[in-house]
Amino acid sequence: MYLNHALDATFSALADPTRRAILARLAQGEATVTQLAAPFKLTQPAISQHLKVLESAGLVIHRVEGAKRPRRIAKGGIEAMDQWLGMLRKAFERNYDRLDEVLASMEHPKKGERQ
Amino acid sequence: MSKLKLTTEGGTHIVVTRRFDAAPEAVYRAHTDPKLVQKWLLGPDGWTMPVCINEAKPGGKIRYEWTNGKGAGFSLTGEYLELVPFSRIAHVERMHLPDPTPDNHVETRFDADGTGTLMTMRMTLPDTQTRAAMLATGMEHGMEASYVRLEGLL
Repeated sequence: MYLNHALDATFSALADPTRRAILARLAQGEATVTQLAAPFKLTQPAISQHLKVLESAGLVIHRVEGAKRPRRIAKGGIEAMDQWLGMLRKAFERNYDRLDEVLASMEHPKKGERQ
Repeated sequence: MSKLKLTTEGGTHIVVTRRFDAAPEAVYRAHTDPKLVQKWLLGPDGWTMPVCINEAKPGGKIRYEWTNGKGAGFSLTGEYLELVPFSRIAHVERMHLPDPTPDNHVETRFDADGTGTLMTMRMTLPDTQTRAAMLATGMEHGMEASYVRLEGLL
């Protein structure tokens, strides 16, 4: 399924601490490879490689400005990930809502009896 | 208001927290007594758990088998590692789809929170790919449940 495949790429992309750090930096605003490489002890090609992974996962986009390609965070990628976690949350909710009912039907000490 | 919180932590963890209006003893029992587990650990609507083996002791076996009554089914097996009555469970589990998924190490804590319980379930997957795959599977199930709910509304 395409959606799953895309989201798989999203989560794999986010699995790397350097890529999460890059995203955190981009969340503050647009940046070039040179600007991104500065705080990390990584070469520009290494940063470019991470950016490529982030771009193919739909988390980062770039525009062309002369010789520069400033990167910025892609809203769509972040939203897809939130949506994904939301879906999973619902599946868990379903079970735990049922557990609430089970707990309510179990015998337990009346209020004031505990402590 | 959603009572459940689901977050990812680092590259390989998933952390789920949920509050219950019952004492830790009751919530712990609902997780370890097979007759109670069978009532709620079901996933999407329409699924049941005809097989529920839950030996709540160190080294004890876990075996859950689910079916949708229409020929589809899957199972989960696991082993208990450590149990501290009413407060902590450590176990390892894997799904069979039918090939076994990599082991998922799960630590579940039950902390008293007023008159209720705050449950914290921390899953540790062997690698990021496994976690991604697990979250993807969870999403499919969640979506199925959403569709069922939608059908109920229409």
